[in-house]
Amino acid sequence: MPDLGLEVLMKGNNLLRLFDGLWIAVEISLLSIVISIPLGILLGILMTRNNRLVRFLTKFYLEFIRIMPQLVLLFLVFFGTTRSMGWNLPGETAAVIVFVMWGTAEMGDLVRSALLSIPGHQYESGKALGLSRRQTYFYIILPQTLRRLIPVSINLITRMIKTTSLILMIGVVEVLKVGQQIIEANRMVSPNAAFGVFLVIFILYFVICWSVSMTARYLERKWS
Amino acid sequence: MVDFAYIERVLPLYERAAVLTVQLGIEGILLSIVIGLVCALILYEKIPVLRRFVMIYIEVSRNTPLLVQLFFMYYGLPKIGIVLTPEVCGVAGLAFLGGSYMAEAFRSGLDSVENIQRESAYSLGMNRMQAMRYVILPQAVSTSIPAFLANIIFLLKETSVFSAISLMDLMFTAKDLIGLYYKTTESLALLVVFYLMILLPVSIVGAVVERRVRYAGFGA
Repeated sequence: MPDLGLEVLMKGNNLLRLFDGLWIAVEISLLSIVISIPLGILLGILMTRNNRLVRFLTKFYLEFIRIMPQLVLLFLVFFGTTRSMGWNLPGETAAVIVFVMWGTAEMGDLVRSALLSIPGHQYESGKALGLSRRQTYFYIILPQTLRRLIPVSINLITRMIKTTSLILMIGVVEVLKVGQQIIEANRMVSPNAAFGVFLVIFILYFVICWSVSMTARYLERKWS
Repeated sequence: MVDFAYIERVLPLYERAAVLTVQLGIEGILLSIVIGLVCALILYEKIPVLRRFVMIYIEVSRNTPLLVQLFFMYYGLPKIGIVLTPEVCGVAGLAFLGGSYMAEAFRSGLDSVENIQRESAYSLGMNRMQAMRYVILPQAVSTSIPAFLANIIFLLKETSVFSAISLMDLMFTAKDLIGLYYKTTESLALLVVFYLMILLPVSIVGAVVERRVRYAGFGA
């Protein structure tokens, strides 16, 4: 049996440190999704407006965010804005900003298509009952769209968790970085640590994302 | 102030990086199309044991980040004697990730072809292979084209993490130049422009094709 470098994880609190690193990733994605949902609903409503300028601007925003690799967006916020605005942005904050921008765009598009899928007579009935525009949205349209949105927004969470692996590149100490630190620190005692540590990280990511996407699939089946 | 002399000086570096990005991207995408097609056919034909493996592969590949897959391949595998060059790692990682996305796209295309098509093919005296080749695949491919193009854009975007395994792609070049010259604005602007040059054409083709396919009304 070759040395797989798994024993490193049993030393000290190495395994716990990995979990801590993973928690940072999960925390950033949860925080981002919580901020993205209301902003995304707002963006989605704006996107269904008939105003041409509003439609153009929102479409432009969505397409730009969609077409750029997330790593490029992270670089733009982390290196670009700090340089041009002269402030000092921690990597975590930059990550949340980028994920909120991205999440808002994706949520906005989902909300837009959910809103469009609601038949026009729902709006008209609201109006006929004497509800104002805002009341129609709040009491009639949004409750119907929310149910459709929950499974897809859970899907978005898994995509975000997967994307958090990138924040290593802007200097956030998350699970991959912790893994590298553990490997470096044990270079002499267990030279094969890279195999075991990265394998465990691989499995950890899988377990988290898989259970979240199973939940999404279950809800989708239950509510459709 | 935008430093044009600097932009002119580093332009060749970006060009070389863009060529590498596109080249590795295309290789990975071609491989993932092959993997995806094979997996989709295995799922569609419900081949007993292989089907299980394909399902496990799809779940694993869809629920792990490419960066983690690459780190495992590039830093982990050499420890058990499998040494891969960064290029091979990048292409293999992209194919491993893309295979499952392509499989899902093709499978939903295959599922959209109604059963009556297959039955009609059989009643015309075609065998299984012929029915697949002449009746089912052509229809399935045209319905899966929008998802297929979306996957291509997704995979090209994912190549941006190649810089983590020391491939000199666009991200690597940009980060390197920022560190060297502190021309952050110019370097990042060039990065965005080059990614747009790669991704925008694919995205436009995707939008046009999607409209066409919707008009054609296949599978409806």
